Amino acid sequence: MEGGANRDTGTAAVARRQRWLAVLAKAPLAELAAAWEGLADKPPYRTLRRAETGLVMVRGRIGGTGQPFNFGEMTMTRAAVQLLEPAGTVSHTGFGHVAGRSARKAELVALFDALLQDPARHETVFAAIVAPLATGQQAARAAQAAKIQGSKVDFFTMVRGE
Amino acid sequence: MSAGIAPRLAGSTGFGGLEPGFAEPVRDAQACFRAVLDALANPGRITSVAASLAGRPPAPLGLAATSVALTLCDLDTSVWLDGAAMAAAPFFAFHCGAPLAPPAEARMAFAADATALPPLGSFALGTDEYPERSAMLVIEVAGLSDVTGAALSGPGIRGEARLGVVGLPARFWAERAELAELFPRGLDVLFVFGGRLAALPRSIRIVF
Repeated sequence: MEGGANRDTGTAAVARRQRWLAVLAKAPLAELAAAWEGLADKPPYRTLRRAETGLVMVRGRIGGTGQPFNFGEMTMTRAAVQLLEPAGTVSHTGFGHVAGRSARKAELVALFDALLQDPARHETVFAAIVAPLATGQQAARAAQAAKIQGSKVDFFTMVRGE
Repeated sequence: MSAGIAPRLAGSTGFGGLEPGFAEPVRDAQACFRAVLDALANPGRITSVAASLAGRPPAPLGLAATSVALTLCDLDTSVWLDGAAMAAAPFFAFHCGAPLAPPAEARMAFAADATALPPLGSFALGTDEYPERSAMLVIEVAGLSDVTGAALSGPGIRGEARLGVVGLPARFWAERAELAELFPRGLDVLFVFGGRLAALPRSIRIVF
């Protein structure tokens, strides 16, 4: 039960991990698979929890601040993998939760999560995989926002009468 | 269900010591379920659990006890673990999601150290209206024999069957005899030893 090198506490560390998990979970499977193929240093790993698909209840709040309500259920797949040291012991455990039913994607997200928790690998994996994905996702968002911006209509009331 | 709910594992800390569950979850769970069913239908018969784990069983539990846990425990099954079996608590939390409960509330009880077994009467025995609201007790023992040992008789046994259990405290059989009077209330016991198990359902009487 002792966390050792796997222990990642503190809100800043949690926020960083949430960010890379969000980027990875939203990336398409093809890009994740290509990134894994392109990885020079592929450590051995084992599956702690095989990818399994289930339903989660998505909750929402009206206006983002109102009473929480159950928005609906969505399909998601989760997996957990453990990186193995040469001696066979477990060094880091990664978790992947992705929308949809792609088992491979959940496993790849979990793998990258485990790699990113390893201080020795974090920099290379982050620069090679998460940073480009994040830039791409941000650019896509910006392009979408710009496209929508063109159709934005400003309503204003004409002053009538005197 | 109120008191003694297990603290769930949070964040990413402390997963290094966890072992994976079944190698082939659907097939292995079905194989284990079948083994438990056979054992309960044939009290005293020693059955092998034909399931395989992707890793090692969590110490101090063996293959049979771990398989039973993975097959029968889930979020709705409150579990009691004895002091020795507490080492496997993270495994139960991660793979089964089962909450921990005191003996009187648990539906599944796992004892890794048979000598420190609490009195059998302290487990949930069900009620006369709902006898199924009782515990199933899984005890790790030091050996099983169907040649020597206590003589069993009852449903599922033609004549008499023998079940020898190594490493049980002597008081077990006396306490079990007291519980037999309470039928249909009572305890169903599984003795596990490595990858093998034998059942002692509540309907069985020990012949002296």
